[in-house]
Amino acid sequence: MTALIFLIFAGIAVFCGISLVAQTHPIASALSLIGVMGSLALLYLQLGGEFIAAAQMIVYAGAIMVLFVFVIMLLNAGAEATSRQIPLLNRYLGMLLLAAFLGLISFIIQAMLPKTEGVVFGAFMGGTAAAIGRKLFTVYLLPFEVTSVLILIAILGAIVLARREV
Amino acid sequence: MNFLLLSLIKAAVIAFVLLTTLAYLQWIERKVIGHIQLRVGPYRVGPHGLLQPLADVVKLITKEGVLPSHVNKFFYLLAPFIAVVLALISIAVIPFGPQITIGPVTTWMQLTDLNIGILFVLAVSSVGVYGVALGGWASNNKYSLLGGLRSSAQMISYELPLALAIAAPLLLANTLSFREMVDYQSGYWLGFIPRWNVFPEIVGFCIFVIAGFAETNRVPFDLPEAENELVAGFHTEYSSMSFAAFFMAEYANMVTVTAVATLLFLGGWQPPFPEPYSNFIPIIIFVLGGLIAVFHGLHPARRMDKFTLPATGLVFLGIAALFGISFLVPVLKTILMALFWFCGKIGLLLFLFIWVRGTLPRFRYDQLMRFAWIVLFPLAMVNLLATGLVVALTSK
Repeated sequence: MTALIFLIFAGIAVFCGISLVAQTHPIASALSLIGVMGSLALLYLQLGGEFIAAAQMIVYAGAIMVLFVFVIMLLNAGAEATSRQIPLLNRYLGMLLLAAFLGLISFIIQAMLPKTEGVVFGAFMGGTAAAIGRKLFTVYLLPFEVTSVLILIAILGAIVLARREV
Repeated sequence: MNFLLLSLIKAAVIAFVLLTTLAYLQWIERKVIGHIQLRVGPYRVGPHGLLQPLADVVKLITKEGVLPSHVNKFFYLLAPFIAVVLALISIAVIPFGPQITIGPVTTWMQLTDLNIGILFVLAVSSVGVYGVALGGWASNNKYSLLGGLRSSAQMISYELPLALAIAAPLLLANTLSFREMVDYQSGYWLGFIPRWNVFPEIVGFCIFVIAGFAETNRVPFDLPEAENELVAGFHTEYSSMSFAAFFMAEYANMVTVTAVATLLFLGGWQPPFPEPYSNFIPIIIFVLGGLIAVFHGLHPARRMDKFTLPATGLVFLGIAALFGISFLVPVLKTILMALFWFCGKIGLLLFLFIWVRGTLPRFRYDQLMRFAWIVLFPLAMVNLLATGLVVALTSK
């Protein structure tokens, strides 16, 4: 059952990822990205990272991508014009070469990585909000604070750029 | 009992009740607004227009679904689907009452309890904006596009005070689960003041309700569908069932927002009075309502309501009798009491939504944005910081 759910949403994620690149219209690409994020959130949920899943949906799909879509709609960006025709032979040859290349890379990665045990769904219990909060404010305090300062600087920069000339 | 079977039964019951409520919510809204404006509202279809929702559903289903030739077909058809699915899905984590035991089965009056239930509702509602934004964009119509743009800007802006207002009671109760939130609010201060979050968090509650109005695109924040500026906003080009989907999504969002407000601030299904007294309130209310209805129905001046009002009165008295019987059956009492108080609070908040629609004029767009960023957001921030300070000082 868990494996089936994993395969379904992993498949959706990969499909949306390909669609993200293949679509010519920016809105369609943005929506594909939302699809990727949504299915990733479900995979996190399945692995026991409930808080991360919710944060993924709220922050990425709900806030950042809404801004993306908003800007695309505001600029009324049309479909991308494909300028040149790729010859049919090149296209099929490219597909074959790409498949070979991906196979090679995955083989190398698998060979280099140490032997790991298989993932057990439901074994990880440290994904609750309380556990993550405790980790953030003890073990990862420095990176957390540094990131906050970085975001603060970005906010200040945005205000300076957006401020009206007086 | 089998977990799957139990979940299926619960899902079926909840879906049926929710969809019926949505249909009748529209009838209630038209009636209340009608009376606010000194009209009678729907009156022709059935007694007091009670069959109007049914007639509307039949009309919307049998209407021709027009697919305009200038739209982006895929997204045009996808948008209402997204809107209605995301609006209905939140109800899955809303608890309606405590744990009950019927024969061999022990279950919660809730479809599923996530320990991130509150975040789940936030996540779903934050994604819900795509339905409106996409619908406006795919319609390829300048009014629709403006409506969609307004809606997405408005929902992003009001999501911030909404989330900050939610965070304050979360700090108090130290949980993200709706059930534990309601458990935290049980009991009474000084023996009679309920320990609801609304008393220490009155500012947060007001911010939540105001932002809730904006999140559901209701008056006075219904800029996305402002009739006198944008025809009908994002759903100008929609007809038939796709229009009904947007409509249903709006009402479902209203139910979700009021349910979350009830659970976080108004104590969920906890009664407002201590246990032995609160059990008599529903009986008194229904008996009084029934007697008033019978009295007016038998009055010679009200010839038109000769049958409907006494019938309504009898139904009310029957419900009162049901509450009376429930004193002998503990399970029934638990279910009825929880449902009575939970639905009562939701009903009051929904009435507030409708009342405001009948009373307040619409904001101007710059006022709407300024209000969110200059008033609500700092206020919510201060409220959260103050709550955090109090929690830090009082906890050991």
